[in-house]
Amino acid sequence: MVTEATSLDEARAWAAAAAVPDPEVPCVTVADLGILRWVRMQDGVAVAGVTPTYSGCPAVLAIELAVEAALLQAGFEARIERVMSPPWTTDWVTDEGREKLRAYGIAPPVESTGSKLALFGETTVPCPKCGSTDTEKLSEFGSTACKAHYRCCACAEPFDYFKCI
Amino acid sequence: MPLFDALLELADDHLVLGHRVSEWCGHAPMLEEDLAMPNMALDMIGTARSLYDYAGQVEGKGRGEDDLAYLRSEREYRNLLLVERPNGDFAHTMLRQLYFAAFMHPYWTAALTSEDETIQGIAGKAVKEMAYHIRHAGEWVIRLGDGTEESARRMADAAEALSIYVGELFEEGAAEDVPALPRRADLRATWEATIAEVFDEAGMTFEPSKYPQSGGRDGRHGEQLGHMLAEMQSVHRAHPGATW
Repeated sequence: MVTEATSLDEARAWAAAAAVPDPEVPCVTVADLGILRWVRMQDGVAVAGVTPTYSGCPAVLAIELAVEAALLQAGFEARIERVMSPPWTTDWVTDEGREKLRAYGIAPPVESTGSKLALFGETTVPCPKCGSTDTEKLSEFGSTACKAHYRCCACAEPFDYFKCI
Repeated sequence: MPLFDALLELADDHLVLGHRVSEWCGHAPMLEEDLAMPNMALDMIGTARSLYDYAGQVEGKGRGEDDLAYLRSEREYRNLLLVERPNGDFAHTMLRQLYFAAFMHPYWTAALTSEDETIQGIAGKAVKEMAYHIRHAGEWVIRLGDGTEESARRMADAAEALSIYVGELFEEGAAEDVPALPRRADLRATWEATIAEVFDEAGMTFEPSKYPQSGGRDGRHGEQLGHMLAEMQSVHRAHPGATW
């Protein structure tokens, strides 16, 4: 049964967990990225559902520990549940998260993951610095699994692009 | 236990190929590829971990991912012969990757509607990653196949060397009686269409081998798998139970 006290606790626990920054991209929080799925109070324990972005994302454990630590620090008993299904997609990056990424110099994912997989399709990624769409892909794989590497042909800025999956 | 055996086959494919691809770390021909290879290795090792973890739960004997990855010998590994092939040159590695990804992408697509929720979850992540692998490897096969005389020769050599391992992809193995998993034989047409599209752009023609090899699903492997496992398992075996 969800009492008023429980839902207040839940909101407080969510706020504590949601403020945790992503270890690889510290300009956004785990809530901005949509990798913190939910926080529920279960028998007095704050349980947080966390989902990996990529199967082998090396930051998964660091994120889980950071969320757990944030909940403990906020005075909760805490437990983390790794949620695999449904799988994370870049559609879950919030509008606020996209804006923070752009301001940080990382081009946010441009298209919905619903678009058809084109074997050799190219997407147009606007430069996060000058906004030009005259950009070119340097590499499908950037500094982390979730990013590709691009260069702006207008302002010459090299930049990371948060890939759509 | 057909589900356990089938999960082990899948997990072994991903771990062995993930490890092989990771061997390029620090040795790739350019910086971008030096980043791409470990990224792709991580995808596959991550998928392997999820599969071993689930296999351990299905088996119910308390074996976890480390036990299954580090404490089984060569004869107990159930991976495809294709994935254990040594890296060779870059043409060889990229063609091996294309063959595997072009197979796993339709496999995971079919698994998205599996009756088993855990398999659905693993498939949901892996299918997106394999789409990237197809594109990345496909671009390299085209670039090398349709490149210089030397690169085309190397790609043709890779196609000849790897062709004998293709048929095994579509053999059913332990998954035959597992309704939760796709039937491999059903994926051949999709695989052939993907390869034909890439080969066509690369100016190559896919030639099926007259002398296909198999045996990986029964634990009959080539010499190189044992060497790879010996290296991969040495720390775990030398320091059992070590934590840090």
